[in-house]
Amino acid sequence: MISAIIGSKKIDFSEEQGMLLDVAREFVKDKSPGSEVRKLLESEAGFSEPVWQELVDLGWTGINLPESVGGSGLGIAALIPVVESMGKGLMGTPLVSTVLAAELIRRAGGIAEEDVLEDISGGCAATVAYLDGSDWGGANTGVSVDENGVLSGSKFMVPDAAQATWIAVVGSDAAGDAVVALVAGSDVAVQAQASHALIDLTKRASTLDFAGVKAQRVLSGDKVDSAIRDYLLIGALLTAAEAVGSTSACLAGIVDYLKTRKQFGKLIGSFQALKHPTVDIYVGMEHSRSLVYHASSEIDDGPLSTEAEVACRMAKAKASDTIQYAGDRSVQFHGGFGFTWECDSSLFIRRAAWSQQQFGDAMHHRKRLAPLLLDA
Amino acid sequence: MSATDTSLQNFQADIDKWMSENVPKKPGFLLPLTFLEVGTEQQLDFLREWQLKLWSAGFLGMHWPTEYGGQGADPAYQGIVDKALSAHNAPIIFNTIGLNWTGPLLLDVGTEEDRKRYIKNILTGEEIWCQGFSEPDHGSDLGNVQTRAVRDGDEFIVNGSKIWTTLGNYADHMILLARTDTSTARKYDGLSFFLAPMKVAGVEARPIRKVTGEFGFNETFFTDARIPASCLLGDEGGGWRMAMKTLEYERGVIAGQASAHSMQSIDLEDLMDAMYDFERDGAPILEDAMIRDELVKLAIEAKANSISDRRAGIPALNTDYPFGIALSNKYRHTEYARRLKMMGAHVQGAQGALFMDDDKAYMGGFWQRAYFANFGTTIGGGTTQIQANIIGEHVLGLPKS
Repeated sequence: MISAIIGSKKIDFSEEQGMLLDVAREFVKDKSPGSEVRKLLESEAGFSEPVWQELVDLGWTGINLPESVGGSGLGIAALIPVVESMGKGLMGTPLVSTVLAAELIRRAGGIAEEDVLEDISGGCAATVAYLDGSDWGGANTGVSVDENGVLSGSKFMVPDAAQATWIAVVGSDAAGDAVVALVAGSDVAVQAQASHALIDLTKRASTLDFAGVKAQRVLSGDKVDSAIRDYLLIGALLTAAEAVGSTSACLAGIVDYLKTRKQFGKLIGSFQALKHPTVDIYVGMEHSRSLVYHASSEIDDGPLSTEAEVACRMAKAKASDTIQYAGDRSVQFHGGFGFTWECDSSLFIRRAAWSQQQFGDAMHHRKRLAPLLLDA
Repeated sequence: MSATDTSLQNFQADIDKWMSENVPKKPGFLLPLTFLEVGTEQQLDFLREWQLKLWSAGFLGMHWPTEYGGQGADPAYQGIVDKALSAHNAPIIFNTIGLNWTGPLLLDVGTEEDRKRYIKNILTGEEIWCQGFSEPDHGSDLGNVQTRAVRDGDEFIVNGSKIWTTLGNYADHMILLARTDTSTARKYDGLSFFLAPMKVAGVEARPIRKVTGEFGFNETFFTDARIPASCLLGDEGGGWRMAMKTLEYERGVIAGQASAHSMQSIDLEDLMDAMYDFERDGAPILEDAMIRDELVKLAIEAKANSISDRRAGIPALNTDYPFGIALSNKYRHTEYARRLKMMGAHVQGAQGALFMDDDKAYMGGFWQRAYFANFGTTIGGGTTQIQANIIGEHVLGLPKS
């Protein structure tokens, strides 16, 4: 029976996505081996400049952008295999922050923002300053922007802020309407930036104080609200895609350990108490991956449809809970070794905790799915 | 029939029209929701007539060869028929063991004689099939089958017992896994596979009452039952391979089935219908935050299941675990269905404590019965736990338990 609640079951996978998946997997395997991930944990930037440059040369900062601004015109769908692969290699880069900023600016602005988008597709990192505090479901428009474009207020946990050439700041104007202020990263003084100690050491984020900073321009008008909504949904989807990649690497680590570690004279993978939860991680990972690629099939350049919203929220809810379970069980199943910093389980459980809290956790999305699915 | 878009669309229209006119109305008794639950002559007669009607109209065995009673069409046509059966909420096509397991097996590895002898009667429902794999003492451990078949000239003499023989008391034939040699080094090599007649002396099927209170299964006893040696499928001692092939059909790992409509599906829409009939805390139950979250979780699982099934057809998205989605089919779908049906009982408040015989039971106890009956799918055909072992070992490469 065709069920209205389940809705669309579309899953497309284009030739471009296939090629990008192959290329991105090889790229990440090559550029982000375990030793490199460990090295970058301790670094200030959290990513490698030369690798970023290679990634820019591959065109990945502009995959989703139109050809008119130097992009490839392939849309969000083409980013999914790239972001998934980076998740698999726990690769630190400001790519996700950058493409999300481009999406917000593109959707909230217009032709006048071509110069900013050209910067981004050309390899200038960018980010969105969205959160006022810890609540993803709050208004998050506490930064006010006066008639001269001067900002007051601060933003919490701005990803990759230290690297950003452009910062898209979500705030409100004197009338209380939502606006997106485009701020040059160089206009935010070093003293106004406080970097966070994040649970996931492959990531970087800061609190930024925008008091007195003058925006280069301010995007306002009727497109802003829907652009912010779409930014949050696409952010949830890209976080889910990255989580699926990390989950698959976490699963591979568990499986390797279960195939080699012996206790009581037996390989521990022969014990069903470990084997069966591992199978549940596997099935959860496949389900999350299906939902992620489904969502990518539902998104186009226009405002996101209800189907696309349902798909993004389902993908995030499922992928968040799955990576949380995988990371949690990975520590447990590695036993005493799992409790140590040395064991890669520590990287995965930290990635899981970070990922769950980006763009709303699983409960946040299920709560919003309920009216979409049940009250239609 | 070829499978061009136009011909498929025309066929879709034809079948929809036929179904609207021919799907029988609900009789005055509860029909079985699955082929595991045919418990009365009344139900059997009804379902047999319905299957014959469908076959006579040319809508069963769409892609089986015409010389054996099939329609000789592209497999896509059977898919359309099955979807239409489900969409029109048609009664099940009950001869499942023949249509979905024995038939494809014979078309794959049977002799010409076997195919001519059996396949048409599977399609018409004239001959009913059952399966004799599981035994009372080792349900999930098939390699350990103890039922003996000893050669005596051009016959085998069978002794032992089989359990969970669905349709056994009505069946004409059984796909039987029995031990023909007790001296082999590997226990698997002593097994043989038979297309065994049920209506011979020394075979007795005793109905088993199930957790729902209904019938549908049997324990089948063989006491010096003589079956012709020509019933052997494949080589003597080659039974394990045949049994494994059968299970692949049973678990939906490979295609070839004549009709997938062996269960009347119950989905989220059905559960949603029930939502309008109950209250919680004096308000419509659909306003209850906890209930809403449970429904959303089920919806996510249902959607992920069906999109995953589609993704299995995109090789580039299955490179890490090439057969994982197919091999986890039974695991994913039957456990989801169990949770869905359990929820159907939960939402009823105190009424959820009533059962089929109570005249105040909601929908005649439909959800409670469906929940209990669903265990047939999480236990039969290899339990969920055995499925988890299979996925762990064959998909992830974990060591054997």
